Amino acid sequence: MADVRLPGTLTPLFPGLPRRVEVEAATVLAAIDSLETQWPGLRDRIVEEGPTLRRHLHVYVDGERAGLDTAIAERSRLDVIAAISGG
Amino acid sequence: MPKTLLTVATRKGTFLFESDDRRNWTTRGPFCDGWPVYHAIYDPTTGSIFAAAASEWHGSTVWRSPDLGETWEQSSEGLTYGDDDGRKISKASTLARAGDRLLVGVEAPGIFESRDNGETWSLLSTLSGQHGSEAWDDPANQPPGHLGISGFITDAADSDRFFAIVQGIGAFETEDGGSSWTPRNKGLRRDWPADYEDVGFCVHKLVRSPDPQRMYQQNHVGVHRSDDAGQSWTEITEGLPGDFGFAAAAHPHDRETFYVAPVDGLHDRTMHDGKLAVWRTRDAGSSWQDLRQGLPQEKAHLGVLRQGMTIDTHDVPGVYFGTSTGQVFASADEGETWSEIASYLPSISSVDVAVLD
Repeated sequence: MADVRLPGTLTPLFPGLPRRVEVEAATVLAAIDSLETQWPGLRDRIVEEGPTLRRHLHVYVDGERAGLDTAIAERSRLDVIAAISGG
Repeated sequence: MPKTLLTVATRKGTFLFESDDRRNWTTRGPFCDGWPVYHAIYDPTTGSIFAAAASEWHGSTVWRSPDLGETWEQSSEGLTYGDDDGRKISKASTLARAGDRLLVGVEAPGIFESRDNGETWSLLSTLSGQHGSEAWDDPANQPPGHLGISGFITDAADSDRFFAIVQGIGAFETEDGGSSWTPRNKGLRRDWPADYEDVGFCVHKLVRSPDPQRMYQQNHVGVHRSDDAGQSWTEITEGLPGDFGFAAAAHPHDRETFYVAPVDGLHDRTMHDGKLAVWRTRDAGSSWQDLRQGLPQEKAHLGVLRQGMTIDTHDVPGVYFGTSTGQVFASADEGETWSEIASYLPSISSVDVAVLD
């Protein structure tokens, strides 16, 4: 199971969504789609038309910058990071 | 007196103001998790509040509260052009009720509808085929602000008939629920070259008087009046301090009375000379009066955006406006006198009002 870590801006939108969740998936997009089945609407908060990652979100798999098609392993850590921005 | 409710959309969430006398106000918020909200409305059909929002991190959505702000949910299900279209939704800009449909205008310019009160959405129209539509679908051609569809006027008597504004292009009317559209920009001034006679106008705000034949608008270069339900327009700017502004409101009981909030049209886009004033005509634009009593008259460099002013439906209507620097000003006497009912909100995108029975 991959260890998915979500930004704090997401959890208030979906009742019961934790900051850390374990997912069985082969790619980043598959992991997000898996979360979508449990928390409908979550995919659209991370992925836009294309599909591509939303512009101001980054995903890292085991510390490396990743895209939606990046493979994830059984024990991978997947971080979804909201870009630092302010104002 | 029935309760008056203001819904105020800001860059950091939605705020609600309530009053039983329009003098003393209670404030709640911020709601919508502090998302940037571009337009928030009270929908009398459902008694719900809806808020069109767009987060730079998490995209566009429509928030809804069925209980006057006690609880909130958001949904963007169906609010997409799809993976193969090429267009993307950067912002949910404006909302309106049209019969059993809730409409949301987005950028890239398009109108989505919800028939289940905001739970799911589907594409209604992109106004494709109109002159210039190929260009306005190109993200590189979007004007600053990126509102896309920046406003609606719906018709309580005919839900298939409504106006939509394409930012930087003009106003269009449908009489068949969005299947076909007609430009409604005849007679408007523009101070720039354009490829087409019927589009290429910068309509900021369109409002309808209690007489549906009488409409008004504030646009990029002037204030205009229509006496034929938008078929043609006559400029009525003379007497105002300038031709530029965003906000406008029509009196709910008198077709001759209309309000604007002129701002400087250059970079500052704040009220003239640092002195706040709402301007009112009581004769359909033949003459204008500035309304300043109670408004700051010194070093007040404040702007008001296109959805930033509204008017209620009381017998003696109240006028309200919110500023780009977070103040809300209210008048309970048709603009004669004003008071500041909020001073330190985030930048305000819209102010809407409802009288709750």
